[in-house]
Amino acid sequence: MSVALHQHPRAHPVGEVLLSVENVSLSFGGVNALTDVSFDVREHEVRAIIGPNGAGKSSMLNVLNGVYHPQKGTIRLRGKSFHDMVSHEAAAMGIARTFQNIALFKGMTVLDNILTGRNLKMRSNFLQQALWWGPARREELVHRHAVEEVIDFLEIQHVRKTPVGRLPYGLQKRVELARALAAEPKILLLDEPMAGMNLEEKQDMCRFILDVNDHYGTTIVLIEHDMGVVMDISDRVVVLDYGRKIGDGTPEEIRGNQAVIDAYLGVTH
Amino acid sequence: MLYREAGQFRSTYAEDMQIFPIRQDRIALMLLLAVGFVVVPMVATQYWFSALLIPFLIFSLATLGLNILTGYAGQISLGTAAFMAVGAFMAYNAQLRIPGIPILASFAIGGLCAAAVGIVFGLPSLRIKGFYLAVATLACQFLVLWTINRVPWLTNHSASGVIAAQKIEILGYTFDTPASKYLLTLSIVALMALAAKNLMRSETGRAFMAVRDMDVAAEVIGIPMMKTKLLAFAISSFYCGVAGALYAYCYLGTVEPEAFVLDISFRVLFMVIIGGVGSILGSFLGAGFITLVPIFLNLGTTFISDRFDIEISHALVSNMELITFGGLIIFFLIVEPNGLARLWQIAKEKLRLWPFPH
Repeated sequence: MSVALHQHPRAHPVGEVLLSVENVSLSFGGVNALTDVSFDVREHEVRAIIGPNGAGKSSMLNVLNGVYHPQKGTIRLRGKSFHDMVSHEAAAMGIARTFQNIALFKGMTVLDNILTGRNLKMRSNFLQQALWWGPARREELVHRHAVEEVIDFLEIQHVRKTPVGRLPYGLQKRVELARALAAEPKILLLDEPMAGMNLEEKQDMCRFILDVNDHYGTTIVLIEHDMGVVMDISDRVVVLDYGRKIGDGTPEEIRGNQAVIDAYLGVTH
Repeated sequence: MLYREAGQFRSTYAEDMQIFPIRQDRIALMLLLAVGFVVVPMVATQYWFSALLIPFLIFSLATLGLNILTGYAGQISLGTAAFMAVGAFMAYNAQLRIPGIPILASFAIGGLCAAAVGIVFGLPSLRIKGFYLAVATLACQFLVLWTINRVPWLTNHSASGVIAAQKIEILGYTFDTPASKYLLTLSIVALMALAAKNLMRSETGRAFMAVRDMDVAAEVIGIPMMKTKLLAFAISSFYCGVAGALYAYCYLGTVEPEAFVLDISFRVLFMVIIGGVGSILGSFLGAGFITLVPIFLNLGTTFISDRFDIEISHALVSNMELITFGGLIIFFLIVEPNGLARLWQIAKEKLRLWPFPH
């Protein structure tokens, strides 16, 4: 299935291991959110994390971009390990993400929201900006060009001057993806990008995710509950249950994995 | 009919990113500046300058400062008057102790000292938010006034704590008439408002708004929380500090520390709320509403009692003014909780389509 949806040959074939998670354990007080989880993400691949509610998927994503700090284990990016990385350092290393509950800046326009995604690339200081002079002005123009490309890519030209609070849910999800993309990330973490969407919006979102992967070569790690979507668009799948990894492999392997079927897809009692 | 953007096409991003992309707005602004700089000085009386226009402009600047912090960066502060006091007293000391320093440099030093104090009292914002932060900034209000009262060096050992602002002289010209002080204030306020607008439409402003709207997401996309919040406090306090220096030099003349009591902080906060949270224009509208409306109400009641020959007691007049003023505030907040700036924006949107509804 995954073969059918990816264009062939892929512009960016799946490469070496880019990100690896080694024996990560995370607990909050007495609650173990993650226990001894290990997996890796290869360059340019679409990697899905699935599991029942409360399995630790979002916690895993929060560990990957430095919102949570695991008590045990290491995260390696291109072989370099990181401890207690804070989230803006993760952003600086090329990890961008979207949130399960949309985390846009509600009072700002679509354009401004996406422009904030490029903040790490801006070099001018606030004095130059106050005078709208030289580098500050040039920079605004250069980044406006870059942002307009993302806007074209995700087909949201018609709402660029609208405050995001006024947009429908599906479009807000797309704007959030645009803000993450504007940072030109190496790795894109998507937390339930299709939650609460109707079939058509889901199809659009799938197309955008595959297009991003194909056009920019961005490595994608996504959490999703819709099994059809996961099986269709991902190269490999990790399955979590109660904070432990119970399966890892291609969609076909996961489909046939008895532990996964028992834990997640359900068994007859 | 006049306010249409039909036929005004923007073909470059630079054109699209202007502060006023619509031609009518640019013309209106030019007219407004012409009125402010040319017409008003020709027609206004001494009373207008010193009782209406100068305080209006100075409070606009202070409101602008607080709006940068509260409206754009989302950090509530009740220390505005304290930052103004730092600006006023440090400008005085700079003028007093540094021989030959230009007056504008003293104002800038006043502003910079206020910014430094602002950064110190902005540190709690890294841990606390909302009402709790407001209470923490209250400490600044009391501590600054206490310091000015207790450290004689700050008031040049004046026994009563009162300082007399030195005369304002720039390039040999002395600003001693109300009209010249008005023009000086107007120039400074106009330039600083332009700078604020530029800041708020570029990266710094977007970082402020991002922190205001969703701080976790802001951090995840790489906006450094500490730097952004402290910068907001610094810039805001700089504006308040310069406003304080102008308050001392162009409005009061002789300044006592009690000129900067908590009441002033509240007034500026009300100006922000009534004018429009997170709007440069709103800062001016809010300051205008709170400083000018009571005076117009006063003129109105005097006019009515003279015209119809009704004997109204002074107590009744002043109470009526307060009641009407309070009523107006409630009315505007119910009609548009987002302030006068939002009302103005809605009016403009309606005007673009008039006489059609859509």
